[in-house]
Amino acid sequence: MSDTRYGRAITRALNDAMEADPSVIVMGEDIGAVGGPFGVTRGLQKSFGSERVRDTSISEAAIVGAAVGAAMTGLKPVVEIMFMDFTTFTMDALVNQAAKAHFMFGGQVSVPMVLRTPHGGGINAGPQHSQCLEAWFAHVPGLKLVCPSNPADAYGLMRAAIDDPNPVIFVENKAMYGTPGKLADDPEPVEIGKARRARAGSDVTLVAYGAMVAEAIAAAEVLSAEGVEAEVLDLRSLQPWDKDQVLASLSETHRMVIVHEAGVEFGIGAEIAAHVADAGFDELDAPVLRVGAPHMPVPFSRELEAEYRPNANKIADAVRRVMQ
Amino acid sequence: MRISGEVMTKKRNDKSDTDLLGLYRKMRVIREAETALSGLFANNEIPGFIHLSLGQEAVAAGVCDALRDGDTLASNHRGHGHALAQGVSLDQFFLELFGKDGGICRGRGGSMHIADMSVGMLGANGIVGGGLPIALGSALAHSIKKSDQVAVVFFGDGALGEGAVHEVMNLAALWNLPLLMVCENNGWSEFSRSSDQIRAEIGDLAKAFSIPFERVDGTKVRDVRSMTADLCDRLRTGQGPAILECLTVRWHGHYEGDPQKYRAEGDQETATSTDCVALERDSLIGDGFDAATLDALDAEVKAEVEAVVIAARNGASPSFATALGDVHRNTIGSHHV
Ligand SMILES: Cc1ncc(C[n+]2csc(CCOP(=O)(O)OP(=O)(O)O)c2C)c(N)n1
Ligand SMILES: [Mg+2]
Repeated sequence: MSDTRYGRAITRALNDAMEADPSVIVMGEDIGAVGGPFGVTRGLQKSFGSERVRDTSISEAAIVGAAVGAAMTGLKPVVEIMFMDFTTFTMDALVNQAAKAHFMFGGQVSVPMVLRTPHGGGINAGPQHSQCLEAWFAHVPGLKLVCPSNPADAYGLMRAAIDDPNPVIFVENKAMYGTPGKLADDPEPVEIGKARRARAGSDVTLVAYGAMVAEAIAAAEVLSAEGVEAEVLDLRSLQPWDKDQVLASLSETHRMVIVHEAGVEFGIGAEIAAHVADAGFDELDAPVLRVGAPHMPVPFSRELEAEYRPNANKIADAVRRVMQ
Repeated sequence: MRISGEVMTKKRNDKSDTDLLGLYRKMRVIREAETALSGLFANNEIPGFIHLSLGQEAVAAGVCDALRDGDTLASNHRGHGHALAQGVSLDQFFLELFGKDGGICRGRGGSMHIADMSVGMLGANGIVGGGLPIALGSALAHSIKKSDQVAVVFFGDGALGEGAVHEVMNLAALWNLPLLMVCENNGWSEFSRSSDQIRAEIGDLAKAFSIPFERVDGTKVRDVRSMTADLCDRLRTGQGPAILECLTVRWHGHYEGDPQKYRAEGDQETATSTDCVALERDSLIGDGFDAATLDALDAEVKAEVEAVVIAARNGASPSFATALGDVHRNTIGSHHV
């Protein structure tokens, strides 16, 4: 075991994957010589050279489109899109090309690529540099989607994403790059599609992912003092998501609150709640609640953004409502 | 030649009638405002992150000074100078940067989203290249309305990597639109030299699309102004788009706080040795303006910025409920202009 950080763990995963497989390449804007705006690719160009660790122009559509073509031709590209907001430029490559190639071409090819991108607010980066757009990708058949909440999962999910023969969107959280944690000396991939129990509890299940896992745990600690024990499930994968573990937890607690930083309306939580209302109907003792961002752009000012974002207090309030 | 320090705000294209002090003042305001912002940011008083245009003031001032009321402007992430030169009020500008309710965007946008429809400022932009299609559309509107207004867009040399830039050049040329594309070439694309990212010269791209092209020394405000005025004269008479490249220098990092380890030793010193504001001041002295007049103007601008900063710092915070209720325009049929 050694100490690491969320961003460093991703660096190590990229490094280990590149060492293990010469077909892995990394591309993005200022990711080579400088090591990326958030430092996640630092050192890779030095280790693997500028052919495999490529600086690009400011050309998101072409970078991701090229990743699709390279993946269809035997490489395993990992591309960085500097802010999730800029994935708007990459939608054709992902939605019309990468996601469909395997199916549309009768199973002849797959597109083993990873798109890494940070989402999330908390640093007053404003409406075009803070968005959590993951629900868009979860809606597209053919794409996989993961969002780690801690360094060990960041490592394990990145290794799994690179190994996966399908296009995987790997969502990072820009406010979490410095978050500390432990990493095994010989860390393993984390299977895509499997949730993790982050806290045990018997009264209510909190389903969260990314930065909201820590908020859910903080809420659970507060609630514990009030005599309510919350189980916290860290989804880790959003497409596919771990329906079995979510339903298994519900059958113990009979209450559920789903938490994400992304907007509530038409979001990941809406899908989970709908599934639970169907497959878990007999287990429910209270309505399933969702905690997430209101239906508005991410505002800039400190006060507005603080009120916009979900947090432990809002989660605890929702739990108190389902416990009534 | 002697003129009083009084500043005219009227925009004129006649160079002989140019208010040279007004032009100088525009640069001075940008310089003071951004110098203040640099300090405030380091002091953790400005939320988020900011990209300063220190060193590039002559481009913003020179271009905007040549525009007329009713012309429209789209900008980029390094847009403070463009906004101020276009006439966004200094206090509403600072209130926005502090995230206050009285800000020009009510504290919802911040540095990268300064917009003021009352002066034709269609918005700074957090998306590289994002302003170009918007300016294209604005030029289309001017054209369909049969007005002689022009649309202007500022973009950086790094933005040439984005496909939209090339699409806009094509459509502007194809449709013969009154669009002035101003490329601020500071040699940088974030942390890289633009020459490491872009193969084409913008002048050659212009040629490929049959768009008239001019390149000026973007640290000489009068050259920028007169070239913009000449190009806009053509645009106003329906002769189609133009591209203006302004060679300039970026004094600071890509963003404030950028450690700039990628910058070669001595590069920043070389950049800051070209001071467009000081250059124009020297020109004014050469024209016969006395130093005392210029000193007084400089002091007045500095005092104005200081006062505005104090007021903005203490501005009221925006209300969340108001912001949440303002995601859509709620009155059918109303329009912003
Ligand atoms: C679509 C998009 N991609 C990447 C970025 C990140 N980014 C912001 S500014 C910038 C460099 C822009 O260079 P240039 O256009 O020359 O403007 P300068 O910063 O030199 O003024 C980059 C890569 C962004 N904001 N938007
Ligand atoms: Mg540049």
